[in-house]
Amino acid sequence: MPRALFEKTGDAVFMSHLDLMRVFQRAFKRAGLPLTHTQGFNPRPSVSIALPLSVGVESRCELLDFDLEGCNASNDEICEKLNGALVRGVRVVKVYNDGRKIRDLALLDCTITLEYDNGVPADACNRIKELFTAPQLLVEKRGKNGVVEQNIIPMIRKLSVQMTDENTCDINALICCQNPTLNPALLVAAIERYLPEMKPDFAKVCRNEIYDGNETIFR
Amino acid sequence: MTDLLHRILPTVQKPARYTGGEFNEIKKDLNDIRVRIAFCFPDTYEIGMSNVGMRILYGVMNQMDGVWCERVFAPWGDMEAAMVKNNLPLWALESQDPVEDFDMIAFTIGYEMCYANILNMLRLSGVPMHSKDRQGLKNIVFAGGVCAYNPEPLADFVDFFSLGEGEDITVEIVSLYDCAKAESWSKEAFLHEVAKIPGVYVPSFYRHEYNNDGTLSAIVPLDGAPKTVTKRIVEDLDSAYWPTKMIVPSTEIVHDRANLEVMRGCIRGCRFCQAGFSCRPVRRKSAEVLYRQAVETLEDSGNNEITLSSLSTSDYRGLKDLTDEMIPYCAQTHVNLSVPSLRADNFSRELMQKLQTVRKSGLTFAPEAGTQRLRDVINKNLTEEEILTTCTNTFSGGWNNVKLYFMLGLPTETDEDVLGIAELVYKIIKCWQEHAQNKKRGLRVHVATAYFVPKPHTPFQWEQQITPAEYLRRCKLLKSHFYSKSITYDYHGPDLSRLEAIFARGDRRLGPVIEEAVKNGAKLDGWDEYFNYGIWFDALKACGIDGDFYTVRGYGEDEILPWDTIDVGISKKFLLRERHQAYAEKITPDCREGCAGCGANCLLQEVKCDA
Repeated sequence: MPRALFEKTGDAVFMSHLDLMRVFQRAFKRAGLPLTHTQGFNPRPSVSIALPLSVGVESRCELLDFDLEGCNASNDEICEKLNGALVRGVRVVKVYNDGRKIRDLALLDCTITLEYDNGVPADACNRIKELFTAPQLLVEKRGKNGVVEQNIIPMIRKLSVQMTDENTCDINALICCQNPTLNPALLVAAIERYLPEMKPDFAKVCRNEIYDGNETIFR
Repeated sequence: MTDLLHRILPTVQKPARYTGGEFNEIKKDLNDIRVRIAFCFPDTYEIGMSNVGMRILYGVMNQMDGVWCERVFAPWGDMEAAMVKNNLPLWALESQDPVEDFDMIAFTIGYEMCYANILNMLRLSGVPMHSKDRQGLKNIVFAGGVCAYNPEPLADFVDFFSLGEGEDITVEIVSLYDCAKAESWSKEAFLHEVAKIPGVYVPSFYRHEYNNDGTLSAIVPLDGAPKTVTKRIVEDLDSAYWPTKMIVPSTEIVHDRANLEVMRGCIRGCRFCQAGFSCRPVRRKSAEVLYRQAVETLEDSGNNEITLSSLSTSDYRGLKDLTDEMIPYCAQTHVNLSVPSLRADNFSRELMQKLQTVRKSGLTFAPEAGTQRLRDVINKNLTEEEILTTCTNTFSGGWNNVKLYFMLGLPTETDEDVLGIAELVYKIIKCWQEHAQNKKRGLRVHVATAYFVPKPHTPFQWEQQITPAEYLRRCKLLKSHFYSKSITYDYHGPDLSRLEAIFARGDRRLGPVIEEAVKNGAKLDGWDEYFNYGIWFDALKACGIDGDFYTVRGYGEDEILPWDTIDVGISKKFLLRERHQAYAEKITPDCREGCAGCGANCLLQEVKCDA
């Protein structure tokens, strides 16, 4: 099955996972690239996206698996045709075959941008960095069984903090994204809970790259 | 740093409906633009983007040189709260510019209970609600859609109305505005000129005078305004503009599919139905044009479903030719072809089986009334035999699901008619017991009753609406006669339909009521989450308006009606004749069996009525 590496940026980040599936299904059709359909009572076009992205999160490393019905276009042609049919903010970077098994996907490199309208608080970078060196950091996570406390430290592999300008600082983190999964937004929740004076006025997340358990780029 | 809107978006439900950026969205360079139009739909994005009329007119206006038409929808409550808290005015999707920056603000109005949204959208835009408070050409507010056929409740707020089908008239209006703006006309001068365009109604050019009993004593045209304004139609649908490059929403909408209009008008003449009369005369598109447009639309949009829409698609003469061509195309391209509102005739039954739409949704009937007598009164020519034959066929085909829609409070309705609904339902259950293939699955019959709302420009435009208490009594009476576990019975509360009835036949004195309700938070009344009858009840009271005047009173046959200025092509004489036929329990055969003389053919010059 071919795989597409794509980006979701700009206002496209406000599309939900299900919206994005529909957007791709239609884009394939518009591009003249007929998808195969699932068998059964209610046939559906076969597309699947590896790690569902939360609404509002930007990404440069999304993976889409799809299956075409008797198509003789090359991967580069598929990529070009798809980009001609997609919406603003969703862009296919590359189409390739023989992608790795999604279950080997383990780590995510992401940037969390913290915005402070009245300027970044003094010593914020160091204090935030220090917070995440604690042996345990409990954050409330909303799941199927209600709210549970979760220790997020074991799911953070690497973390650095830099001030990018007088109002913003970036957290760069390498975190678990599958079995177990750490939602990057919980890093902000940890700051709000343990460093309330460092609570940003706004925070946004961007996925930069995905890796396997050995920190090799995952494709 | 992230701007205000982009900080709000992650905090609201379904933010994708506020960003624009969909496939086929039309963007233009402001340097080339002389007239900017904010095209407002007074409900949410999901509803508005499902509206075919809006899609047509978006295309029509954007085809014009120097004109940019953008879309605006009503925000959901969470977004509205965030906008108010942060002083963020309502914006248009394409440019994200505030509505108050636009030259013209257009509304399409399909439902009386979105009147609050119109005022609320103006309020959220920071545009004065009252026509008289908007001076100059900037922010001219105009409106069209079926509710423009009785626009009086909105007369204080909307500068002018565009009546009927908008393909041609909208171009004429916008071109005139283009000229007016270039020559810096006053608003008064523009309104005087725009009123000369056939189909344009300027409410401020009419004075409404009342008798002591509250009825209208006169409608006085001022400054040479015409006595009546006749709606516009497109004569030849084959050559009419049709958008095959339609915006494809990136988020789910109510009718998330391609849509093809096969005909306009209706041959049936159900006496309660406003669309059935006000959309006449009957005109159709040819099957060849439709097939070509279907293929173009599907290829361009990538949709996997297409629907053939009209008021009664079974009556479309080209249905067999069109579906014969479309079924193989759709099968090959994995497109689901849906044909709603089919009648229970033989061809339709065969077609339904071919389309297998029944498999998905089960059968739906709208007999509207429980007895043949009352169905004759309302001229709903659906017989019990037709219903039972169709049920027999589908039950023996393995389906076990039927939906039935009725109205309560129809003219001349008695308890016998109400209980006739129960009897019909039991006959359907019996039919299932005799013909079902697999009884283990059980039968589901969904019965829903609506509260009859008399509408302008129908033979029932003079009728009384029964009181809410009487409506509820009839609902309970019916409910007490449903014993079977197979039946699910839903009836809506009477409040919304009572308000709908007030505004449907309302006059100018209702303007302050809408304003007062909006001031107290009325919005999104079509949504259970927001509808609050208390607000409207208080607003009517505060304005000294007796709702019964517009509902249970009924209108006299010789009374001046608020919508008498509006001519939809149907003569009052015909409507009266139909009303008297109804009371005589006599049906009027459909237009194909013989012209009943409604008058709508007078709107045609180039072609004949296709009934």
